[in-house]
Amino acid sequence: MSSQGRSAGPSHKTVELGVTLAIALFGIIVIAGSVKAGINWGAEGPRAGFFPFYVGLFIVAASAMNFRNALREDDGGLFAEWTQLRQVMSVVVPTAIYVGALPFTGLYLASMIFIAWFMRWLGKYGWLTVAAVAIGMPVVTYLIFERWFMVPLPKGPVEEWLGL
Amino acid sequence: MKRFVRVAFAAGLTLAVGAIPAVAGWEPVRPVEFIVPAGTGGGADQMARTIQGIVTKHNLMKQPLVVINKSGGAGGEGFLDVKASAGNPHKIIITLSNLFTTPLATGIPFSWKDLTPVAMLALDEFVLWVNADKPYATAKDYIEAVKQAGGTLKMGGTGSKQEDQIITVAMEKATGAKFTYIPYKGGGEVAVQLVGNHVDSTVNNPIEAVAQWRGGKVRPLCVFDAKPMGYDEPITEGKAWKDIPTCKSQGLDIEYLMLRGIFMAPRAAKDQVEYYVELFKKVRETPDWQEFMKTGAFNTTFMTGADYAKWVETEEKRHETLMKEAGFLASN
Amino acid sequence: MEELANLFHGFAVALQPFNIMVMILGIVLGVIIGVLPGLGGANGVAILLPLTFSMPPTSAIIMLSCIYWGALFGGAITSILFNIPGEPWSVATTFDGYPMAQQGKAGEALTAAFTSSFVGALFAVVMITLVAPLVASFALQFGPAEKFAVYFLAFCSFVGLSKEPPFKTIAAMMIGFALAAVGLDSITGQLRLTFGITELLNGFDFLIAVIGLFGIGEILLTMEEGLSFRGGNAKINLRVVLHTWKEMPAYWLTSLRSCLIGCWMGITPAGATPASFMSYGIAKRLSKRGKKFGHGEIEGVVAPETAAHAAGTAALLPMLSLGVPGSPTAAVLLGGLLIWGLQPGPMLFVEQKEFVWGLIASMYLGNLAGLLVVLTCVPVFAAILRIPFSIIAPLILVLCAIGAYSVHSSTFDVVLMLVFGVLGYLFKKCGYPLAPLVLAIVLGDKAEEAFRQSLLGSQGSLAVFFSNGLVGTIMALGLIALFWSVIQEGYNRLRTVTA
Repeated sequence: MSSQGRSAGPSHKTVELGVTLAIALFGIIVIAGSVKAGINWGAEGPRAGFFPFYVGLFIVAASAMNFRNALREDDGGLFAEWTQLRQVMSVVVPTAIYVGALPFTGLYLASMIFIAWFMRWLGKYGWLTVAAVAIGMPVVTYLIFERWFMVPLPKGPVEEWLGL
Repeated sequence: MKRFVRVAFAAGLTLAVGAIPAVAGWEPVRPVEFIVPAGTGGGADQMARTIQGIVTKHNLMKQPLVVINKSGGAGGEGFLDVKASAGNPHKIIITLSNLFTTPLATGIPFSWKDLTPVAMLALDEFVLWVNADKPYATAKDYIEAVKQAGGTLKMGGTGSKQEDQIITVAMEKATGAKFTYIPYKGGGEVAVQLVGNHVDSTVNNPIEAVAQWRGGKVRPLCVFDAKPMGYDEPITEGKAWKDIPTCKSQGLDIEYLMLRGIFMAPRAAKDQVEYYVELFKKVRETPDWQEFMKTGAFNTTFMTGADYAKWVETEEKRHETLMKEAGFLASN
Repeated sequence: MEELANLFHGFAVALQPFNIMVMILGIVLGVIIGVLPGLGGANGVAILLPLTFSMPPTSAIIMLSCIYWGALFGGAITSILFNIPGEPWSVATTFDGYPMAQQGKAGEALTAAFTSSFVGALFAVVMITLVAPLVASFALQFGPAEKFAVYFLAFCSFVGLSKEPPFKTIAAMMIGFALAAVGLDSITGQLRLTFGITELLNGFDFLIAVIGLFGIGEILLTMEEGLSFRGGNAKINLRVVLHTWKEMPAYWLTSLRSCLIGCWMGITPAGATPASFMSYGIAKRLSKRGKKFGHGEIEGVVAPETAAHAAGTAALLPMLSLGVPGSPTAAVLLGGLLIWGLQPGPMLFVEQKEFVWGLIASMYLGNLAGLLVVLTCVPVFAAILRIPFSIIAPLILVLCAIGAYSVHSSTFDVVLMLVFGVLGYLFKKCGYPLAPLVLAIVLGDKAEEAFRQSLLGSQGSLAVFFSNGLVGTIMALGLIALFWSVIQEGYNRLRTVTA
């Protein structure tokens, strides 16, 4: 963490301030929504927005304190090195694509491609192993969820075509 | 002999093959999703799972029937899901009164007209219950007590701005008495709150309170229907569902029945609707279904097609009036 | 004495070959359901309910309740191995179970979890056998005010535990409350904080948040540190079971306390989740090793698992004797009883003796069978950690996606899960504690509902929370628990200053 010269990355302080601001923004949204729902204490006890309103206020207030604390402490530490973040993003980005593609391609096709990509790219496995896991897992999933427990999972054009 | 058998078999085969298209024009080719716009364990859920069990046990469908709960936003989640599945014949939904109340109270963009009506399976009765330790013997006694108490007596019910609260408001309007209405999550919980004396009365469905009645913990005062229920098998101390007087005969002129009906997604073809109507007719004929109707003291009215649509339309108007009067409509 | 005779008759019923077969099938199915996130106990039982219609009612309820036991056992497995709680009540198990697995003690953690579950369940069943009617009447005393007091106590006994900065704890907890509030307000029946987005109608489901914050967040942290799960060197033979058993009697006091908390929570019916959190919180405070909690302390696995399982079992009692379910799964079982023509309620114990005692006997046998099944599988579970990360990680991600989807059959929830995952990663790196956030999501709306129901009943007067002995006592306990941490902290600080 302390070795700044060799490995660069975003400072812990910057990220922490960013997170704090995001939380405060969330608090403001909550307050806005609560005001819309009614925040006063009616004849029958508190109304729908009463609790969320104060919860929102607490979020904003706590964030303000956290922001101040984050500004004060400056040990120059890194949040993470760029190489580490690249590792993290190499999971987040494909997962995001996977999640985004789910409604259109269905679960099975997307999962096959996702598992295959992950194993081939990050694990450097042989194609045979990759194919076995990438096809085996969705098939087992299909059997357990759809056949056994009768829980329908999202399907796309391929499943439609296969008549599943 | 052998030849005869072969001929007979062949004849039987042609007969059987020829018979199939004549009986059913359309059939599901994939598992049918049975949406329940309420949580697991509630009245609608129980009915849906009973139907699923009957269909499986008596082999009434070639494809499986899969029950899915979509209870978010007082069932709005389920209704919007079916509304968005236009033209999908593999999705049906069972409804309760939240078919009307949820869009009115929350303002979500949905109306029953977005769906295709299939059939009314039964109507659920509502009964006014009090704790058995309390002195109220008739509905009149109780209403008198409520008036005396000036709004401090508590009515427990399922959900807010839904059927139980609508009945409560209707009672207030009819009698001038005032209740404190307390909403709970489910009917079973409401019944137990009555036994524990945390509320003073409930308007539970028969199936929700029958166990406590048999145990001698609660007392039915009247039923919100035009005529007494038809089940004369004694439940407790020689009393049967039939012996509960109508609320009208007690001077409380309110009728309320809850729809337990089936709808399909928008733009369903005629033969698809036909298939489900036939299916539910078969379900209704099974002894398991009749047993279930008896346990819950349901009103077994069955309707399909135009009759059903008309009934739903009248009910919707009624709910709109009732909820408008009670001030339950969504503000936006 | 009559009860004992009935019980033995029940054993005879439960020990029929068909029923034993059904029992084991139920356990295995239950473990699978518990392991797969999203297919929780309630869903699993509901899905399998119609399949049991063609069985005799006693066999059917034995099978369904065994699924329930199996799911309770199974929930601990993914919590310990991957930090993914499959069920709400296994969240507290991750606090020490997952660190143990990282230290290569997955086998010990699993054994401790399973054994404690068994102990908790056994305690609750014995209680059901002996004092069922008494307990049922106790449950009747719980109205909204009493329920709120219980949630309050659960909260107070858990907060103030984290070492994280107090303002971060507050922020995290409040975020949890805010998320819990989204959706339909059950008291006024109006929508709030949905901003017209129909996907938000259901609010934020606890499971989706937990799968994301804990499961996905953990995978991201692991990625940052390099491509491997720690803990692959776990011992994978059955000797670890005996070895752990030797250690367990030392925690008898924690076990007993957790059993009592669990039974109480199961009956009231607040449920297994508050029971597990409360039990963990109290154990942390009262145990000699309390300071080490969170770093892989076996006692931190024993406490929540015992309480959760005791609560899960005790929850069946109010269901049978009052017809009010103590948990979502119990609610589904209740529906099953009605469908088989059995009416739960005060008369069930009188009219359906064979059924009731068959069920109670199956609780003993089912839990024992469950324990044997899962214990023999400990080496198999522990060996999962040896699978290389780049194979297991995508599989976990896919399973998490399936789990998130199957909660509401909504792909929007899968997106939410990923958002929660990134949040979990950021929060953990920035020192925001996740446990209070999760607890607030679970208990937030229930507590608010009970609070407002109470006020409706009391015409807006807050005095209702001290209006009788029961509610007053629980509230007072809650306040003591809340201020205990403050007092203790102040005392400690004073001591360090003077030292």
